[in-house]
Amino acid sequence: MALLEITDLVGGYGGAPILNGVNLAIEQSDIGVIVGPNGAGKSTTLKAIFGLLKVTGGSIRFMGEEIQNALPDRLVPKGLSFVPQEKNVFVSMSVEENLEMGAFTRRDDFSATMNWVYDMFPVLREKRRQPAGELSGGQRQMVAMGRALMSQPKLLLLDEPSAGLSPRYVLEIFEQIVKVNAAGVAILMVEQNARQALAFASRGFVLATGRNRFTGTGQELIADPEVAKSFLGG
Amino acid sequence: MTLHRTATLFAGLFVLFTVIGLFLGAANISLLLVQSFAYALIALGLNIQWGYGGLFNFGIMGMLMLGGAAVTFVSFPVNAAFWGSDGPMLLGRALLAFAGGFVLVWGARHADRVGVRGGWKTALTVLAWIVAYIVYRSQIDPAAAYIETEGGGWIGGLGLHPVLGWVFGGVLAAGVAFVVGRICLGLRTDYLAIATIGISEIIRALLKNMDWLTRGTLTVSPIPWPTPIPQNLQAQGISIADSFIYARLGFLSLVIVILAIAFFFVQRAYGGPWGRMMRAIRDNHVAAASMGKNVTRRQLEIFILGSVLMGIGGAMLVSFQQIYDPGAYQPINHTFLIWVMVIVGGAGNNWGAVFGALLIYITWMISDPVAQWLFNGISGWSTDMGWGPIPEIQSRASQMRVFVLGVVITIALRYAPRGLIPEVVKREA
Amino acid sequence: MNELIFFFNNVVVAGIVLGSIYAVGAIGVTLIFGILRFAHFAHGDMMTMGAFIAFLLAMAATALGITTPLVPTGFLVLPIAMFLAAGVALGLDKGFYAPLRKRGARPVTLLIASIGVTLIIQGLIRLFFGSGTWSFFEIETKQLIRIPVPLEGVTRTINFTQPQLLMVICTAIAVLALHVFLTRSRLGKAMRAMADNADLAQVSGINTKLVVRVTWVIAGALAAMAGTMLALDVSLKPDLAFNIVLPIFAAAIVGGLGQSYGAIAGGFLIGFAETLSIFNWSVLLRPLANALPFEVPATLAIVPTEYKLTVAFVILVVVLLWRPTGIFKGASS
Repeated sequence: MALLEITDLVGGYGGAPILNGVNLAIEQSDIGVIVGPNGAGKSTTLKAIFGLLKVTGGSIRFMGEEIQNALPDRLVPKGLSFVPQEKNVFVSMSVEENLEMGAFTRRDDFSATMNWVYDMFPVLREKRRQPAGELSGGQRQMVAMGRALMSQPKLLLLDEPSAGLSPRYVLEIFEQIVKVNAAGVAILMVEQNARQALAFASRGFVLATGRNRFTGTGQELIADPEVAKSFLGG
Repeated sequence: MTLHRTATLFAGLFVLFTVIGLFLGAANISLLLVQSFAYALIALGLNIQWGYGGLFNFGIMGMLMLGGAAVTFVSFPVNAAFWGSDGPMLLGRALLAFAGGFVLVWGARHADRVGVRGGWKTALTVLAWIVAYIVYRSQIDPAAAYIETEGGGWIGGLGLHPVLGWVFGGVLAAGVAFVVGRICLGLRTDYLAIATIGISEIIRALLKNMDWLTRGTLTVSPIPWPTPIPQNLQAQGISIADSFIYARLGFLSLVIVILAIAFFFVQRAYGGPWGRMMRAIRDNHVAAASMGKNVTRRQLEIFILGSVLMGIGGAMLVSFQQIYDPGAYQPINHTFLIWVMVIVGGAGNNWGAVFGALLIYITWMISDPVAQWLFNGISGWSTDMGWGPIPEIQSRASQMRVFVLGVVITIALRYAPRGLIPEVVKREA
Repeated sequence: MNELIFFFNNVVVAGIVLGSIYAVGAIGVTLIFGILRFAHFAHGDMMTMGAFIAFLLAMAATALGITTPLVPTGFLVLPIAMFLAAGVALGLDKGFYAPLRKRGARPVTLLIASIGVTLIIQGLIRLFFGSGTWSFFEIETKQLIRIPVPLEGVTRTINFTQPQLLMVICTAIAVLALHVFLTRSRLGKAMRAMADNADLAQVSGINTKLVVRVTWVIAGALAAMAGTMLALDVSLKPDLAFNIVLPIFAAAIVGGLGQSYGAIAGGFLIGFAETLSIFNWSVLLRPLANALPFEVPATLAIVPTEYKLTVAFVILVVVLLWRPTGIFKGASS
């Protein structure tokens, strides 16, 4: 049984559906990457999983349980976490308070998790008293990921983690993602830097007009001439 | 379908007015009709601002007060005692001081042209404001004190025709709306609401306390009518009871004519290119601005236009009541009441605004007698039960209309958020 | 020296008292704005209602003989009044605002709804209490505290009433408690998080409905406190808070809507601005009359007394135009 299994997902913001039958499955050890052209429904898929828009058809199963249209405050305790693309830190709060907010649903002692996050992103430990709004773009992305990891998720959803970062930071963030995955957290992410991301993806999904066009391991998709031609810019 | 709905609702309203008229008598219902049609004009003004333009004006009271002050000034008989005293001269000096202060502040604000910039300019501007204020106060305070004691009490009126006063009410409201709009329209909704409510409170405080100009809480009366007053008709041999009805009907026809003219133009403007642009700005002002529309300027136009109607309406109400009492204006009666009218009627639809004004005004006015009747009934019952009567029924009943108004708007927001006669959204094919 | 004490009594004492009332009221306005993103116009009426609840409780307590000579009964029953007012605030949200939010109404609609709430509360209060004036001190007396100044030639004393002293203490306690709540507790931090970025708060799994409820509880309790303090200082009238809701909005805006500490500062700023502007400066100038090149007029106030409330509106409008986000822009709350 897959950790996350999406079958024939249909949904949108009211009005015409944006997703017209998305299928994907993620195992606990996977890094899944969703690529595709603009407007293909990549981010919408993530939001649909996280209950941020209306699912009208198909099913989303997380650890065997149907979760479509459940709200975040129910999904986070189940082991799902989401990092939005923009405005993903509390700018007026300190780094440490941002992390605490990620652990809001936990009533146990989360200091060990916080240490784990600080070990993964040592720069955050240094800046833990600083307001997150004062950090650089790359550091903010780390705060956002750290916040999402505080709930000890089984699956982390990332919406374009590399958006707006300089190439040096893109590489660093991708390295962090692989590290997080190595620590036992499944990843499902949407990426614009498709070729780079597929290179380390264990599963890749090419979406277009709200449905799957190609599915395979990252390497398979990169190797597929049709995918490369239509979606990876040759 | 919408036409059908509108016609049905207005027919229902007609029946309601008739029934209430049968209960209250022709003299009372004609009084309510005049006032409710004047409020319809004011509601039309708010509908332009909020319904067309999405401007959150919470300062309607200020515009109504300005209209009232204007008609008082224009149509009240000339106060010879003032014009024969030193008052005009002293006031003239105060006016000069005001103009001087204005020039000073204007100059300071444009000091960058002579090379004063940044912090220095700010400091200079603040200083200019302080100096202007002191100079103006040094002239106006003695002038006011003199007029209020020796100079005839207040400046009186000009003795001109009341309709000219209504026109002046519109002009005065337009002038103030221009200034207010220039400084406030950049603000987003909540802030605009608070700013306009603040400004209308400032206007109220000024008009209430500038006794030399408005007689303040001493009130001005009787303000003349543009149409024959009951006493004129009585002199022609009409019975006292009938004279009130005919006089009020005469006034009513004038109000309806003005409302009809305003309605015609506002309705035409709504359907035309100007109205389309306004709605585009209201619904998405960023997109409208990016298409090269001058959003701020259009919003200023709409704010002024709406305020003109409010000023005229306020002037008509004061003329009709024959008394100008700045102390009688309350945000509930003169701002929120009109908001309820437009929301219940249907923001963005002129028929809705007029319908809402008539319906809410009559509801507001009959809440009092209905509550009194209800309380008397309960009081009689509780006396029979040995619990004693309800004390102070009259004053309690008159407060019920505030409660009723609150309930009405709550119900409207919940169950008919777009109003009883909603805006017709045309879809371009 | 006597003149300086006169200044102290009329400006500093009055300013602190007024500022406390404004600050406590403004915190509620600013919290609601931060969490729910609309200007809650019914806040003044929540204050009046809280004051009337306290008044009824005080009457009941007096009738039952539960009084103490140490503090006025109004303060004795304040915690209960705050508790009840918090409940009413929750009820108001459930009955009036929550259904609109559920429908996805814009904040503007909520603002208009709050006008409806204003009218309903005000209508009900007037229905039950008429439109007259009530006082907490019908039976009890307001104790006046006089502190002599140990300086030669000083005949005036520093004067304030016992309720005024208690008010300032209560305000300090409330502000401190709020500070601890917002910076130390899990829910307080969640409130700040939601005010900062509501979408992200939801995504983080923060129970936003709970945060909204907590906000109403705090705002309702503080409104009752501010209203009761105002009623204890002046008198209790149905339209008590209608005059005060605008200075409170002014305070909240001056401090930057959504910023609790700004609201406190804004409250004191407006309070002092009002007392300073109606103070008769001639009193301070008179001793220097011989050294001054001009004659000291009998009254020399920045604005005449009847324009006292107007000062708040002028500051409000000026701040809105000059710096709509508040004068403490950049400070984090």
